[in-house]
Amino acid sequence: MELHPIMSSKGMNSPSAQFVTPSRLGIYEPIHQLGTWGGNIKSNGNPSTSTPMIVEVDTKLDTQSEDTSHGTFPPSNKYEQEASKPVDKIQRRLAQNREAARKSRLRKKAYVQQLESSRLKLVQLEQELERDRQQGLYMGGGVEGSQIGFSGPVNSGIAAFEMEYGHWVEEQNRQICELRSALQAHISDIELHILVEGGMSHYFELFRLKSAAAKDDVFYVMSGMWKTAAERFFFWIGGFRPSELLKVLHPHLDTLTDSQFMDVNNLRQSCQQAEDALSQGMDKLQSTLADTVAAGQLVEGGCIPRIPTAMEKLEALVSFVNQADHLRQETLQQMFRILTTRQAARGLLALGEYFQRLRALSSIWATRPREPA
Amino acid sequence: MDKITRLVSEKGVVIFSKSSCCLCYAVIILFQELGVNPVVCEIDQDPEGREMEKALTRLGCNAPVPAVFIAGKLVGSTNEVMSLHLSGSLIPLLKPYQ
Repeated sequence: MELHPIMSSKGMNSPSAQFVTPSRLGIYEPIHQLGTWGGNIKSNGNPSTSTPMIVEVDTKLDTQSEDTSHGTFPPSNKYEQEASKPVDKIQRRLAQNREAARKSRLRKKAYVQQLESSRLKLVQLEQELERDRQQGLYMGGGVEGSQIGFSGPVNSGIAAFEMEYGHWVEEQNRQICELRSALQAHISDIELHILVEGGMSHYFELFRLKSAAAKDDVFYVMSGMWKTAAERFFFWIGGFRPSELLKVLHPHLDTLTDSQFMDVNNLRQSCQQAEDALSQGMDKLQSTLADTVAAGQLVEGGCIPRIPTAMEKLEALVSFVNQADHLRQETLQQMFRILTTRQAARGLLALGEYFQRLRALSSIWATRPREPA
Repeated sequence: MDKITRLVSEKGVVIFSKSSCCLCYAVIILFQELGVNPVVCEIDQDPEGREMEKALTRLGCNAPVPAVFIAGKLVGSTNEVMSLHLSGSLIPLLKPYQ
């Protein structure tokens, strides 16, 4: 239907319709393509917001094409054009082609932009849906605290973290494959060392990401909602337990020397002690926060002086998450200082596969066939 | 600052803390677990607390508390204590005081 305005303007320029030559007909093909762009959107019967936008673009371009036509040709005797220097015809056809192509490009651009924004909206909706679904699974007691930040609009810092974490997991999986093949291929220690360093840096990168996210929303990091369900089961202050790390590595360290064995035992003990100390600190934080909130509710007019104290406690939570991550990082570093490159590579592979299996377990659990209620 | 210097030179293991600070509590628990009874100074309950906090911050720790001193020397805050312990270097420092 958009073709008609164009055709009628052509009709105005060339009053003798009988001069419509095959070459003239050829001109209309690019314009027909324009019709396709619009046609695709209209024909599916979808009352999308894109349709009016594209039609508007058309009308604007149509007027421009009329202007271009007038501009290209001398305003005087139209019959002289028809009588024909072939050069004029060719020029005219070229100009019309250019115009049609330009219109087509603009339409395409508008269409793509509309697709892009729809895609973003879809991603956002999917995230909200996932969150609501998990909230439904988890909200056993209907704790108020979990509603803040889950049912509300997605925090952009957290959304960014989730995306970065997704990339992190992909890279982690790639590194695990690489490590596995490298160990099977018996590559040199020097090359293996590079892989080990890369693996360690990758973990440290995660701690950096978490630190930023904790500043944004510490409850979110503490909740573990960014991890799979099975990983969440083992959660301790925003991540895996450092002592658990050592337990996972232990069976794969069958070639330790005596001094290594002693070092590993000492590390295990000090790691456990540090972990216990932080756990007790967290318990104290919980109980004092509970006291603060409880006292604030009981005392009339006493709420206001209490609130700053409660806020301080929540700030302290960020420090705890950072300390827990610091402990994880130090445990990793110490472990790999004790081990040889080859032992470290095997250890990293074991650790990576362990978390991979936990993630797989979560998927299997989530998709298990369930009895209808 | 004088109060700090005096305390740390007199006592072997000194931890500057605040009664509301749970991370300080965690460090104190760790030391007790290692068989040491540190001298704990709660600066929020000390009349000279404000100056002490300023002095401790000037010493370069990222947080004024907890600040751990062993044998008169500043060991650091939570980060440093944890790193030392995991590397096995904390216990040798504490040996004389266990």
